[in-house]
Amino acid sequence: MERAGLYAGAALGQVSEVNVRTSQGDPLLDADFFRRWMTAAAASVDREAERLTALDSPIGDADHGSNMQRGFRAVTAVLEREAPDTPGAVLQLAGRQLISTVGGASGPLYGTLLRRAGKALGDAAEVTEEQLADALRAGVDAVMALGGATPGDKTMVDALVPAVDALGTSFEAASAAAEKGAVATTPLQARKGRASYLGERSIGHQDPGATSSALLIAALVEAAGE
Amino acid sequence: MLINVPETVVADALRGMAAAHPELIVDVENRVIVRRDAPVAGKVALVSGGGSGHEPLHGGFVGPGMLSAACPGEVFTSPVPDQMVRAAAAVDSGAGVLFIVKNYTGDVLNFDMAAELAEDEGIQVAKVLVNDDVAVTDSLYTAGRRGTGATLFVEKIAGAAADEGQPLERVQSIARQVNENSRSFGVALSACTTPAKGSPTFDLPSGELELGIGIHGEPGRERRPMMTAREIADFSVHAVLDDLEPHNPVLVLVNGMGATPLLELYGYNAEVQRVLAERGVAMAHTLVGNFVTSLDMAGASVTLCQVDEELLRLWNAPVCTPGLRWGR
Repeated sequence: MERAGLYAGAALGQVSEVNVRTSQGDPLLDADFFRRWMTAAAASVDREAERLTALDSPIGDADHGSNMQRGFRAVTAVLEREAPDTPGAVLQLAGRQLISTVGGASGPLYGTLLRRAGKALGDAAEVTEEQLADALRAGVDAVMALGGATPGDKTMVDALVPAVDALGTSFEAASAAAEKGAVATTPLQARKGRASYLGERSIGHQDPGATSSALLIAALVEAAGE
Repeated sequence: MLINVPETVVADALRGMAAAHPELIVDVENRVIVRRDAPVAGKVALVSGGGSGHEPLHGGFVGPGMLSAACPGEVFTSPVPDQMVRAAAAVDSGAGVLFIVKNYTGDVLNFDMAAELAEDEGIQVAKVLVNDDVAVTDSLYTAGRRGTGATLFVEKIAGAAADEGQPLERVQSIARQVNENSRSFGVALSACTTPAKGSPTFDLPSGELELGIGIHGEPGRERRPMMTAREIADFSVHAVLDDLEPHNPVLVLVNGMGATPLLELYGYNAEVQRVLAERGVAMAHTLVGNFVTSLDMAGASVTLCQVDEELLRLWNAPVCTPGLRWGR
């Protein structure tokens, strides 16, 4: 069964030569920036895979690193193959690829985060940082609706919500906020996902999903710095 | 571990399964296991799936009288919607497809997405959620009770109803009835080792055991000094009966987690039957063996399923799968 409709639509070529430029003082982000973001995220997940899996052992099932690695490697491959030419198309394609390759809860949740953010960006060739922040907020809202988690449940939401709040300031601020949010999950008792089965025994461990979310946000800084 | 590399564990197992079971179509690339005679005209099809590492669940339960297709995910990781839609399309005769979903966040999200996509393709889909594990408090503060041993009862009994030609709505309500009348409780004497990690998922010293474990190598609710089979049976069966309070006879599943010998499982079953007799619970049928496993974890779970005459008739109906076979 081929669902061409789901994966089609990414025209080749039309890659903007200008990556970041200034218009009314606000840097514009093009498809190339978003591809660099996904590539940087994939590299970061590769580097940190063992740590993510180790965090997933005491309160999960010891596979978060390998699952994220498989997903983001597939994202890098499909972005190279299909070369989507707008920021929205890059994120939507990346999201669909995560849904199709990761499985578990992480696949639908990360996939929905990126797909919904991509949809929010529409078909603009370039977007502002403010538009990116709004789009990611829409993505995080969709993640909370799908998974039913709210801040404080010891999930990826605990890194993503503060990150989106700080995106208005800078990518660096967002990255720092995400990292802080991930670390702050340690004393929490999990109320969603597999860690919630442990009850109070989930306390004292940093949440692997919040940790990978912080990596995704940190990759924004890398993408902007290149 | 008896493997090549962690990355190919699932694909390698599927290739081996294909060679051992010519009565199944095993699509290694797309990770779908389908009974060879599907779609069966006029009959509802059953599709289940979940992370690998629980064998024979689910692929070993594909065949006449049970599942039409199964979707194996990575080890302990839900399969993706693409697999489920592909499976549904392969087995749908036009009578509709029942998705049997164990209650884990990942399984629920992926099957929900798959149901939407399958319906877009004109396939009628119904779902049943399996959540039988009494070790988890079902509340707003957890992901809800886990689907464990009752999955076998749901797949077998709903499979028999589908085999008889009952319509989708009826097969779904029978599956729900089985789940609502089933409860499980499991213990671990050792953690398990996932191929990706290569070392035990949690540290359990010998001389201690975990009470209330799931089937994904996650620790349980409570750790205690080692208990005897008699004490474990008392604890487990009471935990199940305190929640189920059966007035009809029960099906009993004494299920090994993967590394506990049958000798021990049968001894454990003797203690389980003793507790049932003490509590005045009638036993209709008992199954002892490794059916819903957790890789190489040592330990066992007890599942009780209260059955009326209709459910017992469907349970006794013929079944012919790699993991469960009788009556034909």
